[in-house]
Amino acid sequence: MEKRELICIGCPMGCPLTVELDGGQVVSVVGHTCKRGEVYARKEVTNPTRIVTSTVKVEGGSADMVSVKTKEDIPKDKIFDCVKALKGVTVKAPVHIGDVIMSDVAGTGVDIVATKHVQSNTLQQADGALNL
Amino acid sequence: MKSYDIVIIGGGPAGLAAAVSARKEGVGSILILERDKELGGILNQCIHNGFGLHTFKEELTGPEYAGRFIDQVTELGIEYKLHTMVMDIREDKLVTAMNREEGMFQIKAGAVILAMGCRERSRGALNIPGYRPAGIYSAGTAQRLVNMEGFMPGREVVILGSGDIGLIMARRMTLEGAKVKVVAELMPYSGGLKRNIVQCLDDYGIPLKLSHTVVNIKGKERLEGITLAQVDAKGKPIPGTEEEYTCDTLLLSVGLIPENELSDGMGIDMNPVTSGPKVNERMETNIEGVFACGNVLHVHDLVDFVSEEAAVAGRNAARYVKGENGQGSGHKIVLNPVQGVRYTVPCTIDPEKMDDTQIVRFRVGNVYKKCTIGVYFDEERVMSRKRQVVAPGEMEEIKLERTKLLQYPNLKTITIKIEEA
Repeated sequence: MEKRELICIGCPMGCPLTVELDGGQVVSVVGHTCKRGEVYARKEVTNPTRIVTSTVKVEGGSADMVSVKTKEDIPKDKIFDCVKALKGVTVKAPVHIGDVIMSDVAGTGVDIVATKHVQSNTLQQADGALNL
Repeated sequence: MKSYDIVIIGGGPAGLAAAVSARKEGVGSILILERDKELGGILNQCIHNGFGLHTFKEELTGPEYAGRFIDQVTELGIEYKLHTMVMDIREDKLVTAMNREEGMFQIKAGAVILAMGCRERSRGALNIPGYRPAGIYSAGTAQRLVNMEGFMPGREVVILGSGDIGLIMARRMTLEGAKVKVVAELMPYSGGLKRNIVQCLDDYGIPLKLSHTVVNIKGKERLEGITLAQVDAKGKPIPGTEEEYTCDTLLLSVGLIPENELSDGMGIDMNPVTSGPKVNERMETNIEGVFACGNVLHVHDLVDFVSEEAAVAGRNAARYVKGENGQGSGHKIVLNPVQGVRYTVPCTIDPEKMDDTQIVRFRVGNVYKKCTIGVYFDEERVMSRKRQVVAPGEMEEIKLERTKLLQYPNLKTITIKIEEA
């Protein structure tokens, strides 16, 4: 039997949860006040996942960096591999929200996509704000 | 001189949502004035996810959330000026602004929407003793450096204050290879959202020390270390509890202050608790036709609520310039926050002019468990909501129905309080 202590993130209450596991199977959850706590605890001990967000460099754009994210959540223990894979990556402007920056990051099967528009430097003049 | 029906000061989440809502209400002549190089405000540097769960029913990053509104502003053909700093707004809605292309210029506005946002409390406001070396940043400045400009402020980090930006930066700096040694919080509870404490600190084994503060800063040219001490119930450091930490970077996440110099300059009534304007049910200040929304009004923890509140301001500014504001009855009900409730937005309600449902937002002054939010129409208790827990870090709301308010023609005060079991 293995015991895991968690804090629920469902609401500000932050219930202290204790999960009992037997061979990777959840045996019991205690400490939750509502259903959400139990659901969270079961997911968190069996398959914890996170969306990872970061930035990569842009060449020839209206900004030096573009923000990116994993298109879907990835296993929690792959977070650092994912960030490492993005080190040194440079993309060319223009970049649009949703553009795939890297496919199958760190063997997760999940793509890294841009989360911001970055215009190309040459287009910036024509596409900028109006001058009255 | 140029004139616009509505001039919006600030192109962040509040300004964008107000503009979109005013345009949808049929106002053609709208101008957004933004001092940064792009629209989107603080969202541009908030690259983490968790935005938009209420508005779009999906989890977006900050730039994506801003992008949705910027796209609408563009599609609706709403005009905006970037790199433009508003210097002054007169009570008669004459806006003085400047930028590099046009120098100083003036714009006559039919209505003004204040959406300037907030700024971070700085070291100077905290009276931390010690030297003034390089390496001390507000958490938001560090966030901008890392996420937008691609610089790392340092390698060994201590964070003072457990506001959401501080928590988010603890994770961000860790992922970028820095060692975040500790997050210290003066109060006995964190000012941040619970999910941020779990996903930004616990996930990475970063300790959170409640009731602790920085009592000394070491290093003359560059920060070399800090001294942390436990504080008593009054927030005073307890001698003998000092601990030394070596670090080259100290991030401060110690609160946000609405940026209201322009509001003060035009003589707007301010709420000393929020440091933002006092507004009525239409988000209108004491000056007719001047509205306020977003973090300039009161500091939010979720951008979704900023957008919602800004849409109310935008819609009512549109009605104001179209002359559809209605006469109202002159019946002004005052909202009275007491007993654990620190403030409310709005401060007053005219039941004739309010929407069918009025959302009243407020913050509590302490952590209360298993309590009830009680709402009183004068002396009569008309509503109560049981809550497992309320905390200063998470904004609360109640909804008032217009039909119900109209049943109380002599109602003077709506009192909101926390009732403990």
